[in-house]
Amino acid sequence: MYRSHVLVCGGTGCTSSGSQQIMETLKKEIEKNGLSDEVAVVQTGCHGLCALGPIMIVYPDATFYSMVKVEDIPEIVSEHLLKGRVVTRLLYKETVSPAGKIKALSDTDFYKKQHRIALRNCGIINPEVIDEYIGTGGYEALGKVLTEMTPDEVIQLLLDSGLRGRGGAGFPTGLKWKLAKQNEADQKYVCCNADEGDPGAFMDRSILEGDPHAVLEAMAIAGYAIGASQGYIYVRAEYPIAVERLRIAIGQAREYGLLGKNIFDTGFDFDIDLRLGAGAFVCGEETALMTSIEGKRGEPRPRPPFPAQKGLFGKPSILNNVETYANIPQIILNGPEWFASMGTEKSKGTKVFALGGKIHNTGLVEIPMGTTLREVIEEIGGGIPNGKKFKAAQTGGPSGGCIPAEHFDIPIDYDNLISIGSMMGSGGLIVMDEDDCMVDIAKFFLEFTVEESCGKCTPCRIGTKRMLEILDKITKGTAVMEDLDKLEELCYYIKENSLCGLGQTAPNPVLSTLRYFRSEYEAHIKEKRCPAGVCKALLSYHIDRDKCKGCTLCARNCPADAIIGTVKNPHIIDQDKCIKCGTCIEKCKFGAIYKR
Amino acid sequence: MACKKSTVPFSGTKEQEAALKAAIAELKDTPGALMPIMQKAQEIYGYLPIEVQTMISDEMGIPLEKVYGVSTFYAQFALQPKGKYKISVCLGTACYVKGSGNIFSKLEELLGITNGECTPDGKFSLDSCRCVGACGLAPVMMINDEVYGRLVPDDIPGILAKYN
Repeated sequence: MYRSHVLVCGGTGCTSSGSQQIMETLKKEIEKNGLSDEVAVVQTGCHGLCALGPIMIVYPDATFYSMVKVEDIPEIVSEHLLKGRVVTRLLYKETVSPAGKIKALSDTDFYKKQHRIALRNCGIINPEVIDEYIGTGGYEALGKVLTEMTPDEVIQLLLDSGLRGRGGAGFPTGLKWKLAKQNEADQKYVCCNADEGDPGAFMDRSILEGDPHAVLEAMAIAGYAIGASQGYIYVRAEYPIAVERLRIAIGQAREYGLLGKNIFDTGFDFDIDLRLGAGAFVCGEETALMTSIEGKRGEPRPRPPFPAQKGLFGKPSILNNVETYANIPQIILNGPEWFASMGTEKSKGTKVFALGGKIHNTGLVEIPMGTTLREVIEEIGGGIPNGKKFKAAQTGGPSGGCIPAEHFDIPIDYDNLISIGSMMGSGGLIVMDEDDCMVDIAKFFLEFTVEESCGKCTPCRIGTKRMLEILDKITKGTAVMEDLDKLEELCYYIKENSLCGLGQTAPNPVLSTLRYFRSEYEAHIKEKRCPAGVCKALLSYHIDRDKCKGCTLCARNCPADAIIGTVKNPHIIDQDKCIKCGTCIEKCKFGAIYKR
Repeated sequence: MACKKSTVPFSGTKEQEAALKAAIAELKDTPGALMPIMQKAQEIYGYLPIEVQTMISDEMGIPLEKVYGVSTFYAQFALQPKGKYKISVCLGTACYVKGSGNIFSKLEELLGITNGECTPDGKFSLDSCRCVGACGLAPVMMINDEVYGRLVPDDIPGILAKYN
């Protein structure tokens, strides 16, 4: 029995900022102080507040230390763990009131509006120890399903809960299972999409790293419901920690008889294999993912036949994403009414978002559906840094769109996001401020789709390329107004005619920015001006004669020797030589250099 | 994209070949074995030159064009050798809006190579990648397994110097 547990985040964010070294130092210091029998160090998954990593929580008081450095460890051990005195300077400052009182983490702005279902164990348990998962009610849902429920009851329960797929399109999960169950076959498959390809989204990775057993348990439940004995998890090779923890989890579950033959002595067999994705965005599309598991080029197939009829290896199959699965054991245990009591009319439960970009609290948040964008960005996210103005929030990644300030108060759910030209996607939410050019962002996403288009169908392969060429012309200032019409026409053509979701949604970033930021496109074309000051070809740098002190710092740092001037006299920039790198603006101490 | 080191001839060892054959023998009968085997081969050789792809094709009885089709479809499979230090800059959305494009340009300028290439001495290779999932540290780059976050272009020369 330990008197104190120290939880150190071992998620990718915190590992990248050095949590492994912190854990080692912590263990050494604890030993040095003779506390090894009293204090336990536990490596957990992600707490969500990645911006402040590495994160460490000391229980039983749940003292929350943020941005901990290796040098801080001796002090934490000797002061807090030995003498019981909290090291106030290292506390997450939101947990300290102005009067110096410490408040609970759940009362801070970042956490108080959150409701963690899919992430409930992340940051709480050690993901590499199955007993910790079982200790929080893990595998109880599987036991209940196998011993007390028929497959049809399981499916009905999911239908009643209103759970919709968390991977993007929001298809009702219960319905997907029902369709697969109806099709008779000697073998069926349960697949898990853990190939989180949307750049800027990392909720699935966090769940796999922080609570892998929840996914395994839900897949076994799915296997029972549709009549499958084999599951596959298709996980990105770029997520080494997640892959490793899944391997450990599958091994432990087999050892405990929770995967394999005759689970819970009910005669039900189910096992899971891992398949590593090899870096192709299109493999997030269900038929492409299944083709890839078969060991082929991950190209999508026309539907019908739908995977519920002919999926992996030609057998009836279902595919759900990681976050969807992570919700299922809780829905079984707490009942469909509990789940359906959260959210909006057509979108039930919660959704995990990865907050990123120009926002204070970057990280993972899980909020009830129907929370407004304003609450997410201003309250939970802590607003925009550096006093800048909010411009747009991008959701849905390369398939989604940019939401402008005028829709700040819209409740977030599947249908509302689609109605304003974006989509839920897997839950990336990137905040942009006045310094971001919307044409440049649209071009950024098109570059992505052009590179990731598999090439099978013409509208997507050639159409997106043509769109990118037009966007390139616009950002270089060589486009004419007719190009804008052509761009829009192409958007609708590609949406209508592409084979799979990748092509059908590829024009969304362009369409949504055209809808809300058309004037910015027009400024590029008509005035040859980039209002946000991003598109290099349309910018020039100048020195304000009145502000320049002639310190020569800019001239000395200019990589192109484009700045001319003598000491104590105003300098000028030679526009022919200038490569517009912006070094001079960064270096100038007097704010004398500006771009226009 | 052409690699400036592409003239480097293939030099596989007997041990590597034995390891590959063992891996093929082990995985051959599992459904959809081709990709796991190619991933294993890349682990063994560091990349997938045509010689290795031919070996896989012969051992598995799968036509070479099928193997080549798979190896060129996925970004993870490299047909050219990578540098001793593999640099990958995250150009995911969260990093991009925080300026990872400028980090990438700085590396191109300092190393004299572009996306997918490696330096003539075989020391550094440069790739862009999509989201390493460390968005809280944006902009981020990785050199082998080491992650560097919250970068500004001026940090780059100092970081490269550590590897020289």
